[in-house]
Amino acid sequence: MASLTETTRSSSSLGRLSTYFYTRPSLLLLLLLVPPLLWLGIIYLGSLFSLLLQSFFQLDDFTGQVIMQPTIDNYLRLFSTTNLSIILRTAGMAAIVTVISALIAFPLAYYMARYAGSRMKALFYVAVMLPLWSNYLVRVYAWKLILAKEGAIHWIFNQLGLGGFLDWILSLPVIEGSSLSTSYLGTMITFVYIWLPYMILPVQAALERVPRSLIEASSDLGAKPGETFRKVILPLAIPGVAAGSIFTFSLTLGDYIIPQLIGSSRPFIGQAVYQFQGTSGDIPMAAAFAMVPIAIMAVYLAIAKRLGAFDAL
Amino acid sequence: MSSAKSSIAVTFQSVSRHYGAVKAVDNVSFEILDGEFFAMLGPSGSGKTTCLRLIAGFEQPTGGSISVHGKSMVGVPPYDRDVNTVFQDYALFPHMTVAENVAYGLMIKKVASADRKRRAEEALEMVALAGFGNRKPSQLSGGQRQRVALARALVNRPSVLLLDEPLGALDLKLREQMQVELKAIQRQVGITFIYVTHDQGEALSMSDRIAVFNQGRIEQMAPPSELYERPQTAFVAGFVGVSNLLNGELATRLTGQPGACSIRPEKIHVEPAGNAVPPRHADRAMSATGMVKSVLYLGAGSRYDVALAGGGDLTVMLQNRDSSYLPNQGESVLLWWNAKDLMRFQG
Repeated sequence: MASLTETTRSSSSLGRLSTYFYTRPSLLLLLLLVPPLLWLGIIYLGSLFSLLLQSFFQLDDFTGQVIMQPTIDNYLRLFSTTNLSIILRTAGMAAIVTVISALIAFPLAYYMARYAGSRMKALFYVAVMLPLWSNYLVRVYAWKLILAKEGAIHWIFNQLGLGGFLDWILSLPVIEGSSLSTSYLGTMITFVYIWLPYMILPVQAALERVPRSLIEASSDLGAKPGETFRKVILPLAIPGVAAGSIFTFSLTLGDYIIPQLIGSSRPFIGQAVYQFQGTSGDIPMAAAFAMVPIAIMAVYLAIAKRLGAFDAL
Repeated sequence: MSSAKSSIAVTFQSVSRHYGAVKAVDNVSFEILDGEFFAMLGPSGSGKTTCLRLIAGFEQPTGGSISVHGKSMVGVPPYDRDVNTVFQDYALFPHMTVAENVAYGLMIKKVASADRKRRAEEALEMVALAGFGNRKPSQLSGGQRQRVALARALVNRPSVLLLDEPLGALDLKLREQMQVELKAIQRQVGITFIYVTHDQGEALSMSDRIAVFNQGRIEQMAPPSELYERPQTAFVAGFVGVSNLLNGELATRLTGQPGACSIRPEKIHVEPAGNAVPPRHADRAMSATGMVKSVLYLGAGSRYDVALAGGGDLTVMLQNRDSSYLPNQGESVLLWWNAKDLMRFQG
């Protein structure tokens, strides 16, 4: 009976189709790849390309129409004092958020990868991922309350008698703000909170891939734990840190909600794009501004590659 | 150096390593001589690798003491021990070149750069990998990685080299070739090699002495030929080579006295049924009759499973020679062997 069923199955039209594709694997691959490649090619890269194209047009100030004549005026305008400070502010924030995220993520990821048992690890995974399951806006507004003058952090500092210390920090140049929720420090804290999972997970994955025997071998060859960390563990974790930093850096570069809700209310790139596009309807200038994070990321990746961040991949 | 103490490389004194109720190593004592090729042989989970890790310092004993060249290793971390390890998975650093891997230990000891390079190149030459220094481990074959791991350990001139199943991942031909080379390198450098393996052939062919591990204890420790010819326990007789283990009634019927014993398949002679034991052996021989149940052709020889007339089985190995009597399946045969080839066990 069994063999009879088998024969009927492979001679059915579905069975013949399976056989047809089984013997032509490249055709199957092509069919599988065409939809995502079309998506990626037209919708993804195509829109990026039209963005690039737009950035070379110009808005006619009188008519409000886009003049479709190539010009680099928009890019020259990026170097005005106002716009340049927006770019530097955003890039600086992205860099600091990335460094702080890496510093916080590394010990956590190291514990998860090397010491935590399977139950503990599952618990940590959930703890790291849990914030991502709730709404982004809700979490940002929650931080606005936490960081406010009347909020939890200020309250704790005051209760500990450290209110003066917090005020001193807030009076430092650059940070300057009347409360955490109106200073760059608050913006940074919120950014780090929001993007930290994107740093922890790749670093943890990189550390997990380092076999225990490599650490034993280093120690066997005379290296003290500190040397083993610097010469073996860290170099092998760097690709993970690089991957994580691509997330934290680029996500910070592009975000326009957090700096709008928390911080000194000085604009970041995302807000500038939002304003040019929405308020003033200057789509070409918005496009030119939108190219800035892409350019910064390109430079960032080039530097990371030069420094050998991806050598151990 | 002339004292007896300095000629002992490693001493285990009642060493135990327990993990809760699991006794990975259980009250083990032995001494390994300086310059010896010493094998630790046993099935997986028998405690041999744990012993190696105890010497390396990756594990601490829960009881007893270990010393290397007379120096107690209690509380000494791996990086302060004068021993180096060749790991089962080679454990080469993937982000370093072959030369950097080999020179790692020297770099840690802050050996001058030029000296470091020269010694690394010499070590690579010794393992026949001269000129491979600039490659990454990922660009090497399994056998080449194994050699790099060996060079990386030897370049530090340790007093004891630990090898944890170093040939386990290689294919048969390469494994045999590496056995010869390892032995040659050991003679050349004169360092004590402690070699963990589950492959009895490997242990027999390379070692000066073998310790057979079973369930965290040493069953027997002896030179290869003694281990094979005079196993002291049924476990050793069964694990090292193939054995016909005789127990209880069968032992009494075949040998005339009770007590467990065993006989190697190649020591048993076969004659056509009806023949007698050759007269010149008759007074020292034991014999049995039976019928060939199955024949397994193995190339150079064949394996015969013979069902004995009074019950029980014996396995016999015969060389496939034209001049020999080679029975067929189903044939009745006479089996005989010299009494001196019977191996009796204590206890």
